[in-house]
This record gives sequence, C-alpha cells and structure tokens, in this order.
Amino acid sequence: MIRIEPRPPVSGTVRLVLPLAAALAALALTAVPLLFAGAPVFTAYGLMLKGVAGSLFAFTETLTRATPLIFTGLAAAVAFRARLWNIGAEGQLYLGALACVWIGTGMIDAPALVLVPLVLLAGALAGAVGMIGPAWLRTRFGADEVVTTLLLNFIILIFVQMMLEGALKDPMGLGWPQSEPVLDAAMLPPLIDRMRLHWGFPLALVMAVLVHLLMSRTVWGFRIRAVGENAAAARHAGLPVTRVLLSVAALSGALAGLAGVSEVAGLKGYLTADLSPGFGYAGIVVAMLAGLSPLGVVVAAVYIAAVFVGADSMSRELGVSSYLADLTVALSLICVLLGGFFARYRIVRVPTVDAGQG
Amino acid sequence: MADILSILLSDSFWAAALRIATPLIFGVLGALLCERSGVLNLGIEGIFVAGAMTGWLAVWMGAPLWLGVLAAALAGAGFGLIHAILTVPLGLSQHVSGLGVTMLATSVAYFTYRTALPDVTSPPRITPFQPLDIPLLSDLPFVGPVLFQQTALTWLALGCVFLVWYVLNRMSLGVALRAVGDNPDAVDAQGLSVYGLRIGAVMAGSALMALGGAFLTMSAFDAFFFGMVNGRGWICIALVIFASWRPGKALLGALLFGAFDAFQVRLQTEVGAMVPGQVFLMAPYILSIIALVVAARGADYPRALLTPWFKGQR
Amino acid sequence: MSAPVLELSGLSKRFGAVQANADVDLSLGRGEVLALLGENGAGKTTLMNMLFGHYLPDAGHIRVDDGQGLRDLPLGHPQAALSAGIGMVHQHFTLAENLSALDNILLGVGSLLSRRKRGGAARAHVEDVMARSGLQVALDTRVSRLTVGERQRVEILKALVRNTRILVLDEPTAVLTPQEADSLFANLHQLAVDGLSVIFISHKLREVLAFSDRIAVLRHGRKVGEIATAEADERRIARLMVGAEAPQVERAPMDPGAPVLELSGIRCEAASARDRLSDVSLTVHAREIVGIAGVSGNGQAALAAVISGLRAPDAGEIRVGGALPARHTPAALIRAGVGRIPEDRHHDGVVGSMSVAENLILERLDGPDVQRRGFLRRRQIDAAAIAAVEEFDIRGPGPDAPVRLLSGGNMQKMILARVFRAAPKLILANQPTRGLDLGAAAEVGRRLVAACGDGAGVLLISEDLDELIALSDRILVMVDGRLTEAPRRDRTEIGLMMAGAAA
Repeated sequence: MIRIEPRPPVSGTVRLVLPLAAALAALALTAVPLLFAGAPVFTAYGLMLKGVAGSLFAFTETLTRATPLIFTGLAAAVAFRARLWNIGAEGQLYLGALACVWIGTGMIDAPALVLVPLVLLAGALAGAVGMIGPAWLRTRFGADEVVTTLLLNFIILIFVQMMLEGALKDPMGLGWPQSEPVLDAAMLPPLIDRMRLHWGFPLALVMAVLVHLLMSRTVWGFRIRAVGENAAAARHAGLPVTRVLLSVAALSGALAGLAGVSEVAGLKGYLTADLSPGFGYAGIVVAMLAGLSPLGVVVAAVYIAAVFVGADSMSRELGVSSYLADLTVALSLICVLLGGFFARYRIVRVPTVDAGQG
Repeated sequence: MADILSILLSDSFWAAALRIATPLIFGVLGALLCERSGVLNLGIEGIFVAGAMTGWLAVWMGAPLWLGVLAAALAGAGFGLIHAILTVPLGLSQHVSGLGVTMLATSVAYFTYRTALPDVTSPPRITPFQPLDIPLLSDLPFVGPVLFQQTALTWLALGCVFLVWYVLNRMSLGVALRAVGDNPDAVDAQGLSVYGLRIGAVMAGSALMALGGAFLTMSAFDAFFFGMVNGRGWICIALVIFASWRPGKALLGALLFGAFDAFQVRLQTEVGAMVPGQVFLMAPYILSIIALVVAARGADYPRALLTPWFKGQR
Repeated sequence: MSAPVLELSGLSKRFGAVQANADVDLSLGRGEVLALLGENGAGKTTLMNMLFGHYLPDAGHIRVDDGQGLRDLPLGHPQAALSAGIGMVHQHFTLAENLSALDNILLGVGSLLSRRKRGGAARAHVEDVMARSGLQVALDTRVSRLTVGERQRVEILKALVRNTRILVLDEPTAVLTPQEADSLFANLHQLAVDGLSVIFISHKLREVLAFSDRIAVLRHGRKVGEIATAEADERRIARLMVGAEAPQVERAPMDPGAPVLELSGIRCEAASARDRLSDVSLTVHAREIVGIAGVSGNGQAALAAVISGLRAPDAGEIRVGGALPARHTPAALIRAGVGRIPEDRHHDGVVGSMSVAENLILERLDGPDVQRRGFLRRRQIDAAAIAAVEEFDIRGPGPDAPVRLLSGGNMQKMILARVFRAAPKLILANQPTRGLDLGAAAEVGRRLVAACGDGAGVLLISEDLDELIALSDRILVMVDGRLTEAPRRDRTEIGLMMAGAAA
C-alpha cells in the first residue's frame, strides 16, 4: 500500500533545482513524440539547440520570443499569487495591441519620447481594464474568473478581427485584415543592428525587477500575498480584500497588455489577428515553472521561448510538426506540477502487514 | 416581430438548436460528473479536441463509426486519468492541472493529426453519422424533423442524460459520488475508496467530454479542423454552474443555449447587413458569461470541490 | 469483567519527532463502557485511529472477538475494522450534508452497483435499530438541516446498522448541551445492556465518572493508569491525567473601569441559528472579564463576527471605548481598539505560509513603524518580531519561519502577541484555548487576566464551562441568538440555561 506524507520544508537549492529538473524531464519526454514521428531523436535535439543558440542571430531570436512571455508570465505570476486565476492574458495582450495601434497609427503625432510611453501606457491601461472586468464580476457576483477570462479571450479575439475588418483596417493592406503600420515614432527600436531583438526585452526585464520589488518590499505586495495565501485571515485582519483583488487584476492585465504593445511596436509594426501564437496561455506555464517568482519568470520565459524557437527550426529541417513545441510546453507544466508535489510530499510504501506477522 | 415568431415556430430552427446543443450536452454532463465528485476538470477543452481528432482519425483509417466513438471515449478517459492522478491522489491544483491537460490533449491531437497527415492541404473527409430517419415517427409534423432526423450521437447524448441522472439519483454509486463531492471523510469512514470514486468519475466524465468532441467531427461535420472546438469546453464549464450540477437542468441549459445560438444565426440573415458578423460570433461567449453571472450568486457548489483529500490525514 | 471482545497490545505510533502512542495495552469486555481519558495531545485519538485502520501502527497487535474467540485484525484497513464490527463516531462528523440522513446511514452498505436503498427492508432495518436504541432522527431530512445532536445520532446509527459490536466515540459531548449529553449516555447505556461494547474519549471528568464502567488514562502517548469507575474520584483521575495537580489560574476580582464595549439592541437576521442574533445588549468594562457560555451554534459566531467588524448588524449600535467606530469594518474596529483572538486560528488568525514576523504586522500595515511611503521597514519589523518571540515565548524555528510550522499553542501565543502589542481597549477572545494542552491553555488564561489588569476589557466566548467559571467576573448565556445574564457562576444552573430552561 502507498501513502502520501508531508515532507519537511525543502531547502532553497532544491526549490531552484526542481523547475530545472522538470524542464529537463519535459525535454526528455519529448523524445516520445519525436520517435512517433519517426525523426532521428539525437539529430533533432541537436538541431533544436542550434536553432536556439547556434548563432548570435538565433540567440537574439530566442530572446525576442521570450519578451512577450516575460510579460504574460509576470501577469500570471502576480495574479496567481493573489489566487486570482487570470487565464485571460491572451485576450489582454490583444487589448494592449489594439490600444497601441489605435493611438500609434496616426491619432497623435508626437516625437518618440512622448509617443512610446504613450502607447505603452495605453496598452497597459487597456489590458488592465480587460482584467478588472472579470475580477469585478467575481468580487461582486461570485462569477468564477477562470471561466470568464477564458471566454473573454474568444470575445476579444473576435472583436480584434472585427476592428481589423472595420475601423482599424489598413486601406493599403490589399484587403488583408490588418491594421495600418504603427508610426516610426511609436516603435520600440531594435537593440542590436540587423537583429529583431528590440527595446521591449530590457523593458520586460525592468518590469520583472519592479514586480519583484513590489511583491517583496512594499505594503501592496504584502497585501497581495496575504490575500492569496489566506483570504479569510486577511479579511479578518482588516485588509481591503476586494480592493487588493481589483488592484492585482489591474496590474496583471496591464502586464499582459504590455506584451501586446511590445509585440506590435517592437516586432511586427502592425496588428493582425494572429499576433500571438498563444503567448497568454504559455505565460501560465512560465509562471508555474518560475514558482510564481517574478525573477524566475525571466528564466522560465527564455526556456519556453527556446522550446518554441528550437522546435520551429528543427521542424523546418526534419519535417516534424511544429506542434511539438506546444507538446513540450504542456509536458513542462505537468512536470513542474509533479515536481512541486515531490517538494512538499513524499510517497511512502507502507507494508500491508497482517497483525500476526507484524 | 412576425419574423421572430416564424423563426421560433419553424422545425428547422429547433432541429438546429438540438444539433448545436448535442456536444454541449455531452460536455456539461461530463463536467457535472467530475465536479459532483469534487474535481474541477479544466481539461475539458483539450479533451474535446482529442475526442474530435481521435474519433475522426479512427474512422478515416478504416474503423467503423461506432469504433471511432469508442476510440474517442477511450482517449478522453485516458486524458481524464492524467488529470485524475494529478489532482486526486497527488492533490495538485485542479486549475493548473486542468489547463495543463487541455494544453497536452490539444497539442497531442494536433501533433498526431499533422504527423498522420503531413501533406494535406484541405482536410480529408469521412462519411459521418447520418440522420436516423425513423419510419413513421420522422413523418410526424414538427416533432418528426426536430427529434427523429437527428443522428445517433444526439440520441446517445439524450440517453446519457438519463443514464447520468439514473446513476446519480437511483443507484448506490450515485449516493457515494455525491457524498465524495460533499465530504470525502464520510465516504472514507464507510470503507469506500475516495480515490477510486473520484478517479472513476473524472475518467467517465472525460469520456463524455470526448464524445462531445467526436460529435463535431463525426456528425456535425465530416472532417477535423484546427480550432474547431473553439471554446465549447469552457462554455460547458459555465453551463454546469447554470445547471446547478443536475443532469436534467444540464439538458435544459444546453438546449436553451442551442436555441439562442440557432436563433442568433437566423437573426443574422435577417439583420445581417446592419450589424458586423462578428457580433454574432461573439454572442455564444457573451451569453455564457451572462449565464454564469446570473447563476453564480445562488450556486450551491459541491462542498468539497477543489479541495484535495489525502488518505490518513484528517 | 466479562469475556473480552477487544484487546490492544503494545500499540505504538510515531509521527516524525512525536511519539503519539507508546506500547499501549487495553482490553474491553462485552457490554462494557470504557472511558479513555487524557489531555489534548495525550494520544487518545491516534490510538483510536489505529484501531479503526486509519493509521498503521509502528508496532503492536489488535485482536477482536469474531464470535469464536479473539482473532488478529489486519492493521491499517478501515474495511477490515468495519467488517470486524468496530464502528467509530468521529469528533468531526463524517456526514455528507447534501444527502438525507438515510442515505448517509446506508452509504457503502451493499454493492455500489445496486439500486439506491430508500425503502423496503433496508429502511425497515434502520427504523428497527432506531427503535431499539432510542436514537430517533427524521430519515428523509437532508443532513444540512439537522441539528448537531441529530447529526450525532445519525453518526451512531451509521455504526449500529452495520452490526457494530464495538463502538468508539471521540469526544461525543463536545458539541452537546449537558442535557443532550445525558440523554446520549442514557441511550449508550441501554445499548451496552444489550451487549454493545463502548469506548468513549473525553477529557470531561464529570461525565467520565458518571457514565463509564472503567477508566483508562493516557498521558504523553502512554497508558498511565486504569481504574474501575466505582473506585475513582475526580482528584485521583486529574492527577493521573496531568501528572500533578491541574494548574489553576489565580483570579482576583478587580475594580471595573469605564465601559469599553457597549452593544445595544444588536440584531442579525439569518437563515441558520448559528448566524442569528436577537436584540443583544451587553456592556464590558475595563478591567473586567465577561464570559459568554453556550452550546456552539447558538449565535456566538455571529456575535464574534459583529464585534470583529466582519459583519454589520441589521439593527443596533456598537460603541468601543464610548465612541461609535467610523465604519463597521474589521479595519475600523481594530483602529477603535478591538483586539481579536479568532475561534479558528488556522482559518482566520494566521496566514500559514507567511513568516511569524509578517503575521505579527498583519493587522497594522499602516503603522509608521511598519512602513514608510508604502515600503516595508524590514529592520524594524524584524526587531519587533524578535522582541515578541522573546516576550511571548513563541517557540518554533524562529521569526522568519512560516507560521504553519508552529504548534497550536505557539501559534496562539503569536496571535496573543499581535493583539496585546496593539494595546487594545477590548479583547475579544473566541474559544481561545480550544485545541491547546493544559499548559498552553493556562498560559492563555494568565495572559488574558494580565491584560485585564493592565486596563483592557475582555469578552471571553467559550464552550468550556470550567474555564469560564475560573476566569470570568460575569457570565452570560447565549441561547438561540439571545443573551441572558447568569445570576450566579454555578455549573448546574448555567448548564440548564444553556439547554434553554428559564433562569
């Protein structure tokens, strides 16, 4: 017979090693679908590695991919800390992108010094609004935010399509549903010449540090943690639980909205309805891999980005479906969940003795 | 006004409502079984995808239709088992595990599809379930076209409503299931297995969810598309609250939803020119949110929902 | 003693560093009522959980009479214990509240694949058991609508319909009025005469002496004594239980000062009696301890919620230190000078995964010693935590360790530290010693008396009459949402009032 017993708290080292082990386990498990697809496994891993870090270009591509994931990962991490299940980062990302093209395609003409902060602010605001709604429905009516944010993702994406075929449609777009290009003054410039890596990446790093300081050093962060860990005790102690939840919602939505701005103004230059290949959902995996730590989010985002970039370039060479990346990401989430379990509990074999022999 | 009335009175409208409702009936029943036992299953969206792909693929590879249905159910039960192991004996977050299962099931389905059919451009078709044209009954006015020209899978869905109701309310097993979702200690104290009941409920519920997916590729359409599930699973999670975890009300909720959806599609042809088409595409999701907000206040959640239970710790 | 039906020998169980049971022997005769007595944490519940198969012993045997003599019971299998005729009534009821009493009683009887049993032979059998035992309940009522006493009857019936020959009850009277408890024991006695063997766990000397045939006392996991009840007396048992005379809190009456809490005409509407208050008026003065007695679920929770600020009353007025609080919220009442020791410390009192230092500042995040311009003042917070740990003797891994790792007594000391350091005018202590061992409980009592001496008023809500009588200046009894002042601090009289008899 098998029983589950709590384990004494594990050391900090173990907590750092666990997500790494989970990521490695997920990568190892990826061999199964590779074999299923009939691909040479070791060649495939080699090609993935080459695609991720084989050249300066490859590496900057990985960091470019990581940029939106840091934002959405932070969005998930702060919300989950307060036990607010924001599964709507995908939609909030699009809201941010929408606000960015709304303001940035000619509504206001100003120098970059004004316009860049303006589109960032607008995107953050739009994302925040997109999460305050579901949070309010939860605090006011008890409507589960998991379901509302998930459904909102669909609503927002359809809304974006509607805008791209209507009000925001580029008249020069040859009939494609896409927005006008963002003004040069509203663009986040590239970091390195002839590379796609842009200023969104350092901005994401700064946000990670700010969120880390917020959570660990400020009264606001203290309240968020207290409400998340034990809302009843927080209410009993006089913390404004509803207000804290709404403020976390705003923060989380704003971070996801920044992901959208960064993708549009840093990378694509205009908005299409396929701007995000699921950055919002992958952000959840990033946050869980990071153990909800804001600084950990950066590392986890680079890992998930590497999975996507590596699988992409490997699949181009070997003809294996690039859905492999999604599979690895899903496996990473499940592995890190299991890892978290083994950090807190251990499974003990209890011999099923009969009293006579025992 | 007269137009609206003529829509509501037409048999084709109600036939469409029932058709739209069918996958939701499977999905809500599946979610209901899981949640009655105390486990939220957010794997539903991915399990729909896996069911749709598996059923279709089996038939495409030459299996008879019903074998395809069975394959879909087994695939659903398999992903249900993963979710059940993570959340029941291991007691991990049901939210995160469910999302993980959705990601896993979706990507496994897509990857398998792409690997099985690397070079197709337009999705290959199968011969799906045909309407059961029951002699005499299908000639009845109104009732005939609405009820007796549906495919066998719709009948299976209606049968499952009765089956789930019967199990929950008329069998000892149902009493135990409802008990384990309210207070697992009560079940444990009587020497029944909390883990067994919950794992079983999640697997059975996931199999039902997968049937909802299979309906899409084997009855509503005849091929598998990426993104074809399109949030139906999440809608079921909202509807199960609206249905207060009762099979009869689940049927009612799914039918109401199907009726609204069929109605707005018909309305679109009437007023289509004035309103962008996307407004109608959004309608089902908005409707689900409204249903959730209305139902959430008085919702009588199973008491043990989301709470892990460990043997030997009380 | 008649022929034994149950023998435990050499049972031991260790949880981590704690030896919960060591080498316990116990036997039980047919038709015998055995009381298992001991302080909290003495190992009573662990022992019974081993008997029932919930825990696997590290060593020892259990032998049960199967009709042809004593046989070894396979350990660690609740199913085996059940089929050997052992039934257990847990302190926390194991009932599914969404099912009827009958469904609960018949849960797990027969195959899961059979039809649900609602009538016929199964129901007749349950009705027969009800008639024979005198334990009556409305079988078709949902358990959520039953009273605590009725729920307990359902629990016992659950065991009896399975032909239980050995019934174990874990603190069966903890939630009953003295009168309900008496009637429970009368039923149990009838059942014992018919051949049922009973073990009941308790720490109430009075009922142990009144209703058992034999008493076994556990201390620190070991059996320290066993006596026939006829030869026992309170002092002797108490000495066995605690190893010495029970520590008594010294309580000299003080001069009450100005009113610190005035409730007038407080009314709370609610569907269930536990959340209802009808026209409650009450005054607590400085340097006074006012006790609220009553069976749990009579409105104490609502009273505590109102004074904590968690719930605004539907009518009536509350004054703290003579002034109306600005708003009726926990934060406003804390600011007005109410310190709160919540009933359920794990649920309402602490954030388990946060550190002792962080929990100590939970109620005063706005304080200038805690934050400056929104940033936490780590150094001050840590220094204050170290001082509090010292002053209140909070033992554990240290101020940076999560509160979850503290024992119940030390967690309660942490809460006391938080409350007392804010120098409250009024202290609301709701079941402050529940779940604590005698030593920790005495410490809590001493601290409350000391705070009272420093000028605070204390409102003490407790189900433990002895504690109330020892600590309180005045006692009010709460029945069905109403408060009545007890004319004297007399056990029997208060017990009668608790049961709803006119004072």
